This record gives sequence, structure tokens and C-alpha cells, in this order.
Amino acid sequence: MSSSTVDPTLHPTTAAPAPGEPRSLRDAAVRWWADVKGGELGALPILIGMVIIVVVFQSQNDNFLTAGNFLNLVIQAAGIMTIAMGVVFVLLLGEIDLSVGFVSGVGGAIAALLTLPGGNWEFAGLPAIAVVLVVGLLIGTLNGLLFTKVGIPSFVVTLAGLLAWNGAVLVLIGDQGTVVIQSQTIIDLANGFISAAASWVLVAVGIGGYALNQLARRRTRTSKGLPVDPVSLLALRIGVLAVALIAAVWVMNEDRGVPYVVLMLAVLFVVGSWVLTRSRFGRHVMAIGGNIEAARRAGIPVDRVRIACFAIASMMATLGGVVLASRLTSVDTGAGGGTILLYSIAAAVIGGTSLFGGRGSIRAAVLGAIVIASIDNGLGLLGLASGTKFIITGLVLLAAVTVDSVARRNLAGSGRG
Amino acid sequence: MADAPERPPGSAAPVAPDATGAPAPAAGGAPAPAPGGSPFGGEPLLELRGVSKSFGAVQALYRVDLAVHAGEVLALVGDNGAGKSTLIKSIAGIHSIDEGEIRFAGKPVSIGGPKDAAQLGIEVVYQDLALADNLDVVQNMFLGREETSGPLRGLDETDMEQRARETLAGLSVTTIRSVRQTVAGLSGGQRQSVAVAKAVMWNSKVVILDEPTAALGVAQTRQVLDLVRRLAEKGLGVILISHNLHDVFEVADSVSVLRLGQDVARFTVADTTQAAVVEAITAGALDTVPGQLQEVSA
Repeated sequence: MSSSTVDPTLHPTTAAPAPGEPRSLRDAAVRWWADVKGGELGALPILIGMVIIVVVFQSQNDNFLTAGNFLNLVIQAAGIMTIAMGVVFVLLLGEIDLSVGFVSGVGGAIAALLTLPGGNWEFAGLPAIAVVLVVGLLIGTLNGLLFTKVGIPSFVVTLAGLLAWNGAVLVLIGDQGTVVIQSQTIIDLANGFISAAASWVLVAVGIGGYALNQLARRRTRTSKGLPVDPVSLLALRIGVLAVALIAAVWVMNEDRGVPYVVLMLAVLFVVGSWVLTRSRFGRHVMAIGGNIEAARRAGIPVDRVRIACFAIASMMATLGGVVLASRLTSVDTGAGGGTILLYSIAAAVIGGTSLFGGRGSIRAAVLGAIVIASIDNGLGLLGLASGTKFIITGLVLLAAVTVDSVARRNLAGSGRG
Repeated sequence: MADAPERPPGSAAPVAPDATGAPAPAAGGAPAPAPGGSPFGGEPLLELRGVSKSFGAVQALYRVDLAVHAGEVLALVGDNGAGKSTLIKSIAGIHSIDEGEIRFAGKPVSIGGPKDAAQLGIEVVYQDLALADNLDVVQNMFLGREETSGPLRGLDETDMEQRARETLAGLSVTTIRSVRQTVAGLSGGQRQSVAVAKAVMWNSKVVILDEPTAALGVAQTRQVLDLVRRLAEKGLGVILISHNLHDVFEVADSVSVLRLGQDVARFTVADTTQAAVVEAITAGALDTVPGQLQEVSA
């Protein structure tokens, strides 16, 4: 049969090299640039956006780039970032969760009430957080069941949730108006810091783990005769990660140190990214967002995956609520309200998650939350009124979505969309 | 017609009427031979005998016989509404049949759902291909059947990529630049190739292709027809549904014609002409006229 003589690398005519003969870094750059021109922008717009934000705010106020402000900014972003990571799962399905704001309020309120000394329960910090997560899981499962089994559109289910959980926050906090958090564990989440030595050990572990992972992957691919990236590209990736991590940790250590919440976010980032890109579940989420009919015919348990995504979103929202409560060291009747919902969804979208499903990442939530927190923080430093803040944040969101839409059009134009 | 005997349940494919579209052979006594001149004698890989299916009052299929052998490309042609889709959905397990028998490799089987069909080695490539645009070629080929490894049960990407490459290479698909590019960036012919490769990767024995060239240009149609031929060369039974008789005559070994839910003719491509097939599609003799089943079945 003629097929047995075919070159197994499949691209006899194109630039792809035979195994063990890596492309150069220049090749990789050329390829990347072609992708960008074709509409695969990746994180490029957001990096350019960050540079603009930093330049503008630093020129207006010298405090923007100080270590202390960087740390503030990170802690301000933490709550939104946690919620946005969960929202990504729902957006990847092409659905929406409008209840995450007040669900986060419920999470914060429960954590505060459970740990009140002399209260009915008096939980320690960590068990209280565990209870909060279970509550989030149940709320999300309820959303998912109503959406998949009853067939109510996710917009309506979670809109009802937005109202109901707002009410729940008011009922929980009641006429006290404000509950001050008494658990030192919960307060330390956003206000406690890792020792400098421990932070450097963790940086080393992070960089080493990433490098080992990359090298191991490269080794398996080489052993199976699959094309691999050039060593120089590998080194560049590891180098960029190392520089970014070391710089961030060094700056934070210049001030108060690395807060525990950053450690938590790092773990969530690694676990969430692994789930989305390296697990069957994540692959199924992507497939459902890309073509639900294909997913169904492939035998993917579509409803179960969708319920799980809603459960993850609500669980991350309650955890985000605990982070927000920790930062303020109290929970009041306004918990979960204001800009939290819209900032969380905007963070995921600004970071490059599509509202139409199938495109997005945990990284998007992280980058988007940092952009939103930077704008919020920078405009605060400039002493602008919140009306102006909202207008500017709205314009940035619009710009991000415009870039995404234009990129998509290019993708379609180049026959790739 | 009314006194035409029922086909003996054990008989093979119906005898083709001659090219002028003469009435179907009323004399049921003559044992139906294997299609004349066809190299595919012996036991068919997949065989349908007297399959009927109705949806309420609508008789979608009426005593359809069909047989495809290993290494044979069988074209299934017919006008819109002739029952082609119902027939393949019955084989794929999406519809259950009301009457008749489906035999696989000589044994009667019951196909209760798509999983049963896949278990037997029957794969269908639907017209819409069912590919997720946002996933790459490998991810699409393994969708729903991903391989995992390691203590965390993570996806075994290298193994899947290697198998995807081997499958594509085995089908001589050389037009795909990288198996790691998303399907959104592929042309119609490349997408069809991916869908076919996805179908044959699982030790499938019968592949059913629904209008694989419908939306393709000349060069891409060429690619896909070559691919269909290679499937047969690899020893698979291929059922090709097409409206394009030119394509059918280029790749198929035999042609079954459906008309109003009945198989009105079976031709061997080498021994017939397009005009004869067209005649059968538009005016092939029916065993019964729809709506008069009661009177006829006596």
C-alpha cells in the first residue's frame, strides 16, 4: 500500500524540521509574528495595555510604581482574580454567571459569622473556609441543575441568583450592619505575609518545577519522534518566567512581603491551568464551548460537565468573597455588591476569554484582574471621582473586546476562523 | 406489481433492473447473484435485510436491503427525502429499526445506540463533520476518547499526537501543515480529512460518509475522493452518500439507489452508466406505492 511510504512527519514540504533538528529562535519569532498578523494575538494586547497604563499613571503620580503600591494593587486584585478564575469556566461554555458577585458576598458573610467568638458555631478559620467552599459548591450545582435539567437559560438562572443571594447577604448580616472578622487566619489571608526566606524557596520551587516540566515534555516528545521547540525558545520561556517571578517577589519583599493570598492565587493558577489544558474535564469544557453538538456526538457527558463548571464558578466566588472580606477585615450589608460582579466578568474578558465560549484561560483571569485593579488603583491615586473611574474602566473593557473582535475578523479573513 | 412476492428474507441484494428502468424483477424465484463483475463476492461486512422504519404515518424506509463488503466503496444515492439519512442513522444506532435485520460480518446484531455501532467498528462522518473549531487536529481526533497517563490521569498529549500523525500518514493526508493547528484554520478538504481520520482511527471496519464533497472545490474534492479510495484499499467497507454522480462513478464500486424509502436498484459501477442511475433515482420501480402499503403487503 502506498501509504506505508509516506513521510511520518506529515509535512515533507514545509519548514517543519525533522526530530532532533530544532528550529532557531528566529524561526519561532517569525512564526509568532505571522500568527499575530493573522489574528492570534495571545497576551500581546494586554501586555501593551499594561505598559500604557504604567506609563500614564507613573507620569501622573510618582507613587504608582512604588513597592508599597504594587503590593496594594496585588491585594486589591486578589478577590476579583479569584472570582474571575471561576467565571472563566462558565464563559468557556459560552454561558454566563451573574450571581458570582453576591455569591461572593454570601461566602464572606458565612466565613465572618462562623468564626465569630461567642457565636453559635465559633469555627476556626480553615474549617470555616471549608464550609464556605461547600456552600459555594452547592449554590453552583443548583445553578447548573436549573440550567441543564430544567432548561432555564443561564442568564436568567443566575440573574435570579443575583437578586436572591443579595437578599441572603442582607439576611445573614442582619441588623448588625457590619460583622468584623475575628479569625486571625482569615484576616491573615490578605494581611499576613510569608517570610522573605520562604518566599525565595517558593520562587525556586516554582521556576525549577516549570523548567523540569518543560524539559520532561521535551524529552518524551523527542523520544517519540515528534517535533520539538528549539532549546533557545525553551530557555527564553523559563527565563521570562524566572525574571517575572523574581522581580515580583523582590518588589513585594521590599515592602511588607509576599501575602498569603498571592501564594493561594499561585496554587489556584497552577491547578486551574492544569485542569483546563491537561485534564479530560478541561478538554471537554473547551469542546462544549467550541461545538456542543460535536461534544455530544463524541460521547462527552455534556450536562455533567456544565454543572461542574457552574459549581466551580460559585465555589471560586465564595472563596473570592473570603479574600475580599479578609482585605477589609469585615463584612457589611454591601458585601458582594458594587462593581465586584462586573469587574470579575470584565477581568476574564479583558484577559482574552471569549463570551461566545471555547476560548479563554486561567491566565486571562489573572492578567485581566491585574489590568482592572491597576486602573482602579491608578485612578484612585490621581484622586479622580468614582464616576470618572467607571467611565475609564468601561472604555478599557470596550477597547479589549474591540481588539478581540478585530482579531477574530482577521482570523476569519485569513481563512482561519 | 401488487402480486409481486416478498423477497425471500435470506436473499442478497436485489437484482438491478436493466438500464431502461424496466419494472423490478417480479419473478422472485431467481436467486440474486453477487453483483456481476464485482470482485466482492462472499460474505458482506455489513448487511441490511428488509429494514423498515416509519415515523408515525411516514414510512421512511420500506424493506431496504443493502450490503457492503470489506474493501468496497458502496455509493448510496437517491433524491432528497429518499431515506438516505434515515438509513445511515439506523445503521449508526440513532434510530432503531422497526423491522428487518442488520448483520455484521455474517452475524445478526442489534444496534441500540451510537455506542453499539462504534463497538462494532461502524463510524459515521456526518455532513457537518462535528469538529470543534477551537481545538486542534489531535484534540478533535481524540475528542471524547482522550488518552491519559500518570498518577494524575493527565492527558497523554505526546501519545495522542503520535497516533494522530500515524493515522493521517496512513491515509496519505499530507496537506495538513501541523497537527497542532486549530481546525478553524483548515480548508474544507482538510477538515473532511480530519473527520475521516477521526473515524478510522478506532479500528473501524465500516465508515459511512455523508456527502463528503458537498461543499468542496475541485482540488479538495479530489483529495477527499482519493481518501475514500484509500479507505477501501485498506480493507474497510465504505458507504458513500452523495448527490454527485460524477464523484460516485469515480470512486464507488457499486451503487445502491434509494427512492421513496425503498431500494430500487443496485448497480455495479463498471457495468452501468450515469444515465441508468439517474433513471433509477427519478423513476426506479417501487415495490409499493407509498400510502398503499396495506393493499400491497398481501
